[in-house]
Amino acid sequence: MSSPTGGVVKKEKVSVPFDYNKYLRPNKLPHIWCPGCGHGIVLKAMLRAIHNAGLNKDNVCVISGIGCSSRTPGYVDFNTLHTLHGRALSFATGVKFANPKLKVIVVTGDGDALAIGGNHFIHTCRRNIDLTVLVFTNATYGMTGGQYSPTTPIGSQATTSRYGNIEPPFDACEMAKASGASFVARGTAYHTLELEKTIQEALEHKGTSVVDIIDACPTYFGRMNKFKGASQMMEEIEKDKTVSVKQVDKLPPEKVQGKMLRGVLHKVDRPEYCEQYETLVMEKAKAK
Amino acid sequence: MADKKKKFMQGNEACVEGALYAGCMFYAGYPITPSTEIAEGMSVRLPKIGGKFIQMEDEIGGIAAALGGSLTGLKSLTATSGPGFSLKQECIGYACLAEIPLVIVNVMRGGPSTGYPTGPSQADIMQAKWGTHGDHPAISITPAYVQEILTETVRAFNLAEKYRTPVVVLYDEIVGHMREPIVIPEKGELEVIDRVKPDCKPEDYFPYDDKYEIPPLAPFGKGYRFHVTGLNHKKDGFPTNDSKIIEENNLRIMRKVENHKDDIWKNDEFMLGDAEVAVFSIGSTARSARFAVKQAREAGIKAGLLRPLTIWPFPDKAVTELSKKVKAIIVPEMNLGQMALEVQRVSKKAEVAGIHRVDGEPINPAQIFEQIKRFK
Amino acid sequence: MGARYEIRFSGSGGQGMILAGIIMAEAASIYGDKNAVQSQSYGPESRGGASKAEVIISAQPIDYPKATAIDCMLAMTQEACTKYHKDIKADGILLIDSDEVKDVPKGNFKLKSFPIIATASAELGKTIVANIISLGMITELTGAVTHEAIEKAVLSRVPAAFLDLNKKALQIGFEKARELK
Repeated sequence: MSSPTGGVVKKEKVSVPFDYNKYLRPNKLPHIWCPGCGHGIVLKAMLRAIHNAGLNKDNVCVISGIGCSSRTPGYVDFNTLHTLHGRALSFATGVKFANPKLKVIVVTGDGDALAIGGNHFIHTCRRNIDLTVLVFTNATYGMTGGQYSPTTPIGSQATTSRYGNIEPPFDACEMAKASGASFVARGTAYHTLELEKTIQEALEHKGTSVVDIIDACPTYFGRMNKFKGASQMMEEIEKDKTVSVKQVDKLPPEKVQGKMLRGVLHKVDRPEYCEQYETLVMEKAKAK
Repeated sequence: MADKKKKFMQGNEACVEGALYAGCMFYAGYPITPSTEIAEGMSVRLPKIGGKFIQMEDEIGGIAAALGGSLTGLKSLTATSGPGFSLKQECIGYACLAEIPLVIVNVMRGGPSTGYPTGPSQADIMQAKWGTHGDHPAISITPAYVQEILTETVRAFNLAEKYRTPVVVLYDEIVGHMREPIVIPEKGELEVIDRVKPDCKPEDYFPYDDKYEIPPLAPFGKGYRFHVTGLNHKKDGFPTNDSKIIEENNLRIMRKVENHKDDIWKNDEFMLGDAEVAVFSIGSTARSARFAVKQAREAGIKAGLLRPLTIWPFPDKAVTELSKKVKAIIVPEMNLGQMALEVQRVSKKAEVAGIHRVDGEPINPAQIFEQIKRFK
Repeated sequence: MGARYEIRFSGSGGQGMILAGIIMAEAASIYGDKNAVQSQSYGPESRGGASKAEVIISAQPIDYPKATAIDCMLAMTQEACTKYHKDIKADGILLIDSDEVKDVPKGNFKLKSFPIIATASAELGKTIVANIISLGMITELTGAVTHEAIEKAVLSRVPAAFLDLNKKALQIGFEKARELK
């Protein structure tokens, strides 16, 4: 197995060993995720990012929809809300808007966020409400047994695409950016320390911050598409098929072609929804 | 001279007044005829008092955001109509199982499907009870007068908060859009109930503690850090596969309503004392029935009216009692026989006769009077 | 039941028939000492199509909010007149805009015919106040509410900049109806 650092992050901020138990609900473990699944790696990166951002546990709310990744809230010691398939962003919008003091993190899968919840995804980004949205992109519906999802590559096998998937995949980052999210980034479970930094930056950004996290599924996507094992799949998909935005300009075109960009892809200052409501709507309403 | 306290107001506007009187501070919804005036009213009023109004991208987002708002401790409202009510059903089930207080107003219009958006209907009565999947508690409230929309909206919030469950306010387009003079009650005139919050230490808190019939609900962000899920769960809120716990919790949420029917039921009786023929009706149809009952009395027929203001849980007791005393119970309703089935189910002796209309026109007093005459 | 006085305002969407109904009901219940209920029916469009507003006025509490036997109906278009005139009771009043309604329905009611929209245009330069002229006419013809009450109700519902215009429209309504009596 190659180095999990991916050779990108230089400085290790987290003290070793990091006390994950401070942020976990240890008696809710073990988690339901399969051996070889990257969701646990992403969960740990998220916890270190929350720690580094200096957030108070009482003020953090982690909200999810339905699916493998959406089980995350059950394992973490915050205000946690496991909602309905596709609806995490709407519940989260309600929680954040009702109590803007809360730091609201949405943990969602690619099916949850981009298929059944696609409309909420677009409009959450458009409002630029201060939510951090972590999309665990594994190109499959794992919980229902490996059907093709909105990020499954063309030609891939799934239990509902036995003759090869014919639907072009979404790029969650392009969609978020086009919809108005003011912070858009991509990470992978493979580049775990880079991911930790990216999530921290997302948490510290004001507005809708979306992190698309490539996190391949060995159990369904991997087996059906003839990958030899979890680590080999991780390298082939997460390491070999991505390239950091910091390196992209230095690389020859043939090394970049067909690869997804990692890192912060888009970051702008744009008015945040809750602040706009308080400063524009409420003030005008009270004056009238 | 104009009476300062008296206001001429539309039903949907009175709903806004009722919600604000009850202390509603959060609204999320999506525009739909004939309920939109509620959203419009809340969008003007809430920001003036520090409340939150948001128009979501769709009906599901509307109720989901309202549930999120409620979990932070704010009394929350969403309003809709037929097609939107259909879309909200999954979230209503979530609110039942996760025990989140919420008021949902459904201004009934003609259906099925897009149907007759500006036409009245009472065809969502069964949907209000059985719309979401699985067995679940249901409370639905059915006002018929503009003043009553205000007071019953307050009652809906009280029941939602008291029983930690979603409550549906159900009225037809005629009641929602008609205007009548109403008086806005002074603060303190009507009872306002707030949800019970825990007073224990966070580490001792169980959001679904079965030692309570209705467990206290902590707001997010106050140190309790609890878990909420739509999966069957244990008293700590975390999912379980334990069949005993699943069954006990499913039964407990039913008991919250079942054991308190006397508190939730509310009926308006008119000339029932010596009645030989009774009419059972809600909303604008009940107003038509009241007119017909008076006509019948003038014609020497002993008619009366039972008008439930709570349709779910169904007023079994009142209808059963009534059915022992009268020859017939006439059930006029703007649908093809939804309440009539329930009346039949609990009637002991009386003949049950429905009057049904699904053409987008109200059931007029003459139609009801004709039926009453049949049983004199 | 009993002492109900029923008025129906009908025309096409955008002619202010619902507003006229609201004002009449407010004149009766807020600026008068009666009970009143106003209801309406209209199509999905906010312009065009036949629309109607109904007002029930009574000294008693009002049960059924819709018209049963109409005492006075206003018809501002042919379509509305044809569609809605059937519920006028014997000896009731039908007030029509004489330029709009050419095919006058037959029936046992008193017909009052007047070019309401043309008068609004000729005397006030604004057809938009045709509904206020008709409120003046109905008040004068029926006595359902007092002049004072309808004036207060009109003025409370119109923008400040148009108070004079609407006051004039109402006066024109009173006068023209007096001539028709």
